[in-house]
Amino acid sequence: MAASQPVIRVEGLHKSYETPAGPFPVLKDVNLSIAPGEFVAVMGPSGSGKSTFMNILGCLDRPSAGHYVLDGRSVDELSKDELALLRNRTIGFVFQGFNLLPRMNLEDNVALPLVYYGVDREERRARAREMLQRVGLGNYAKSLPNRISGGQQQRVAIARALVNQPRLILADEPTGNLDSHTGEEVMTLFDEFNREGITIVLVTHEADIARHAKRQVRFLDGCIVHDGPTEHPDDNPSHPPLVRGGADLGRVETPSPDKGRDGEGLACLE
Amino acid sequence: MLAAMLGEAWHAMGANRLRTFLTMLGMVIGVGAVVLMMAVGQGAQYAVSQSISSMGSNLFILISGSTTSGGVRSGSGGAPSLTVVDAEAIAELPGVQAVAPVHTGRTQMVYGPNNWSASTYGTTPSYLDVRSWTMASGYPFTESDLRSSTRVALIGKTVADNLFGDEDPVGKTIRVGQSPFMILGVLAAKGQSLDGRDQDDTMLIPLTTAQRKVYGTPFQGAVRMIMVQAETASGMPAVEKSMVSLLRQRHRLREGVDNDFYLRNLAEVADSAAETARIMSMLLGAIASVSLLVGGIGIMNIMLVSVTERTREIGIRLAIGSRERDILLQFLLEAIIISVVGCFIGLVLGVGGALLANALTDAMVVISGSSVLVAFGVAASVGVFFGFYPARKAARLDPIEALRYQ
Repeated sequence: MAASQPVIRVEGLHKSYETPAGPFPVLKDVNLSIAPGEFVAVMGPSGSGKSTFMNILGCLDRPSAGHYVLDGRSVDELSKDELALLRNRTIGFVFQGFNLLPRMNLEDNVALPLVYYGVDREERRARAREMLQRVGLGNYAKSLPNRISGGQQQRVAIARALVNQPRLILADEPTGNLDSHTGEEVMTLFDEFNREGITIVLVTHEADIARHAKRQVRFLDGCIVHDGPTEHPDDNPSHPPLVRGGADLGRVETPSPDKGRDGEGLACLE
Repeated sequence: MLAAMLGEAWHAMGANRLRTFLTMLGMVIGVGAVVLMMAVGQGAQYAVSQSISSMGSNLFILISGSTTSGGVRSGSGGAPSLTVVDAEAIAELPGVQAVAPVHTGRTQMVYGPNNWSASTYGTTPSYLDVRSWTMASGYPFTESDLRSSTRVALIGKTVADNLFGDEDPVGKTIRVGQSPFMILGVLAAKGQSLDGRDQDDTMLIPLTTAQRKVYGTPFQGAVRMIMVQAETASGMPAVEKSMVSLLRQRHRLREGVDNDFYLRNLAEVADSAAETARIMSMLLGAIASVSLLVGGIGIMNIMLVSVTERTREIGIRLAIGSRERDILLQFLLEAIIISVVGCFIGLVLGVGGALLANALTDAMVVISGSSVLVAFGVAASVGVFFGFYPARKAARLDPIEALRYQ
């Protein structure tokens, strides 16, 4: 692991937004490195900066300061078109609201990234079909998104994110609009693709969902306050079982007891 | 990729058929109006140029001066100031193509039971050249007819119709006053002159015959007018100048004495008529262009609505890796498709309307390939021009904002 180059490396990442009252810092000195094949859950209350962080990871936004190296390339000085290229080839996005194009059938939806990759029509169709097959929706190629369930739509979105064989999947609350059962189905897909070596970074509120990840990163007030491997309740029976859907703050363990358990006194991890 | 985008544009337009249709209608009406109006304008120009060329090109008309007798002035042509010899002298001037002295009048002509009155021009054979007049049948009179004042005549189509009906007039003899005249030929039809006179209601006879045997004149050799044709349009001012000074010299007019003749430049008349037609045609085009402009603004309006409606879609596309120019191209393509398809339908309707107007009315409507091409080009550029701003707006959207848009 140490020998291979990290997929994501951020150093001293700052992001602040201009407000009438002056610059408002959202990210304060975030450092993180994610190796190929990792499955990372990013957690934290709303307003903690995790969405902004994900936007920067996804090359949709630029940091105010700091460095971001994606797949060995420094993103800081890339042009807009080069960023678009990264989003197309290196990153796959999965959103909370599925974000399929409503007028297009599932096959065309899945094939859409390939249009911008310059793949010809026949190959687009073949690869989109293959991906739909993989997520178990091979029979729905010609259906419109509004004809299938939310869980199925999210599976189509995953197929779209993966159709261009990216190295990295960024998922922003992919199960947020799904019930626990279909959420689990979707997570099973993520597990599967992660086993194939695709790096996954997933934002979630839900501890149950976060448990699929092998590593958990917790944001608070623009800082990473926790970064460590996922602890499973079975591994440590002394902990109470995690409650699904509750306020997650403090429920995921920090590795060192002196950093507090309830968000108080948490300091940014170096 | 372009094919895929065309497909998507088609889908997007199909998703809101009524709106697409109404937007297109703006272009249809605009282009249709431009094509039709340009056809009408060109028809008018064509009609004017027809009547101008029927008059003869590069023409001057010299008219005898007026006389005053007992305080009553005769009006132009009343004085016998211009003569056949003047005409012969003018013919020698450089830049003069042909000269035709004309002695005009009206005569009553009789053939069998029919009789008719028409303008009768006593002139020389060169008159046909000057007026660029051809024969429909028969042949013109000659210099020898002129020398021996033979009683021969050429008649216009109107005269032929009224005197002879379906009969062939060539070789027939008519009576003018008390004298018999043989019809040598019938002139080709010329139609109306610029001022609306029927140019075919005319009889041409040799000048000498007119002077000696029809009208009679106390001043032998005097003519009412001389038609002069210059070799080129650009040479007309020089010809005019030398002609005036020649005539003043010949008529022994001292410095400060008015000309005893009038000179009219028909090319100027023709030019102003052509200019009028051209301006009218431009005016029609300009009015029609306004509707094209309105159509273009309609496209822009709808594209802006479309961009707002599809903000989220644009965000998704940007997130999965479309470049700004892909988004730009996609929206531009939609605008261009709407305007080009609208333009095509407009062309068909406009040309159809013009053809219909041609078939149903006397109005001359001319469709030229160039006007059609221009209309098409303008419409396509209207699509690009008015589609560009919305497309750019779409392409410049912030992906994060766009994804958050509900």
